Amino acid sequence: MSFSRTLPRLTVFAAMALVSIAAAGAARAQSATEIQLSYKDKKFDPAEISAPANTPIVIKLKNLDSKAMEFESKTLKVEKVVAGSSDATINVRAQKAGRYEFFDEYNEKVARGALVVK
Amino acid sequence: MIAALIIVFREVFEAGLIIGIVLAVTRTVKHRNQWIAGGVLAGVLAACVVAAFAGVLSNLFAGMGQEVFNAAILSLAVVMLTWHNVWMARHGKELAGELWAAGKAVVEGSKSLLALAIVVGVAVLREGSEVVLFLYGVLAGGSDSGLSVALGGLAGLILGALVCMLTYFGLVKIPTRALFTTTTVLIALLAAGMAAQAAAFLEKANWLTALDNVVWDSGWLLSDSSLLGKALHTLIGYTDQPTAMQLVVYLAILAVTFVLMRLYGAPAKTVTSAPAE
Repeated sequence: MSFSRTLPRLTVFAAMALVSIAAAGAARAQSATEIQLSYKDKKFDPAEISAPANTPIVIKLKNLDSKAMEFESKTLKVEKVVAGSSDATINVRAQKAGRYEFFDEYNEKVARGALVVK
Repeated sequence: MIAALIIVFREVFEAGLIIGIVLAVTRTVKHRNQWIAGGVLAGVLAACVVAAFAGVLSNLFAGMGQEVFNAAILSLAVVMLTWHNVWMARHGKELAGELWAAGKAVVEGSKSLLALAIVVGVAVLREGSEVVLFLYGVLAGGSDSGLSVALGGLAGLILGALVCMLTYFGLVKIPTRALFTTTTVLIALLAAGMAAQAAAFLEKANWLTALDNVVWDSGWLLSDSSLLGKALHTLIGYTDQPTAMQLVVYLAILAVTFVLMRLYGAPAKTVTSAPAE
């Protein structure tokens, strides 16, 4: 009997959690470093980008190819599908100094680039 | 061909694990195959739709549509998994007994199957849309490698099905009595892991900024992009760089599951004419 009430309750719980999360997210903290990056013919341009350490980074990626690509970086923990001929915004959390490789998952061998954090 | 195989396998791996678990959980339930097949099919169709509208989806929520969408469907799966556990805590006994055949039990049972079918659908949808985009890109490219890529993709899919079968047969080997406890724990951990993943997506979308410090980095020990790391990522939510928020969400889901199972799962003695085993 009471189990039929469980689902609505759980749903309400989840909804409340989402709302509180959204409210918390509205207040955006630190200002981020914005980097422009484009992708064409399985190449990133520029192939190497850089950003200061310990600051959030926002990568604005323009996919100039007509096909979709998937921007991925294992070390940056980023995975994002970018549709053909469209733009994407990729938020990267503040990083320690180092070199972080990224690639197009659909063309992992050739389409590679790196973010150097200094 | 190998590249296509690897890409497709990587994507279907997670769905394979989840479907294997769901199959094991529902092994005694009537009509479960239709429900699960329905979940897979719905997931594939939804994946195609998501792939077709990938651009539109991305642009929602100030470019964070994908992240928010992923977080939303993961949350849905978390609710369904948790609900299933709570439901099983109450009705598990009936399910094992003859009573299951009774009309009411079947109706109630299909609710639980629906919940699990949704979980399967979500698992397929999440990874499926990337496979669709990848294969479409290759095939639309009209290069002569189209066929070999399609073959590679198919091989990847078969490997994914193999993962699903291995998971299933591994789990059903466990004796029935222990299996119930095992799957309850597995599903709770699966749900907690998915919730933590949902939190990670919301962090990427900047919707969630509280407690976003990384608590530890165990990448040197086990990277979550290695095969074992990925399996553990799916099964128990392993992440090599979890944020405090992810840990909080993870533990909260486990706690909520435990409390709800205690609250609602308790004595089902009121059930009419339930024969004591």
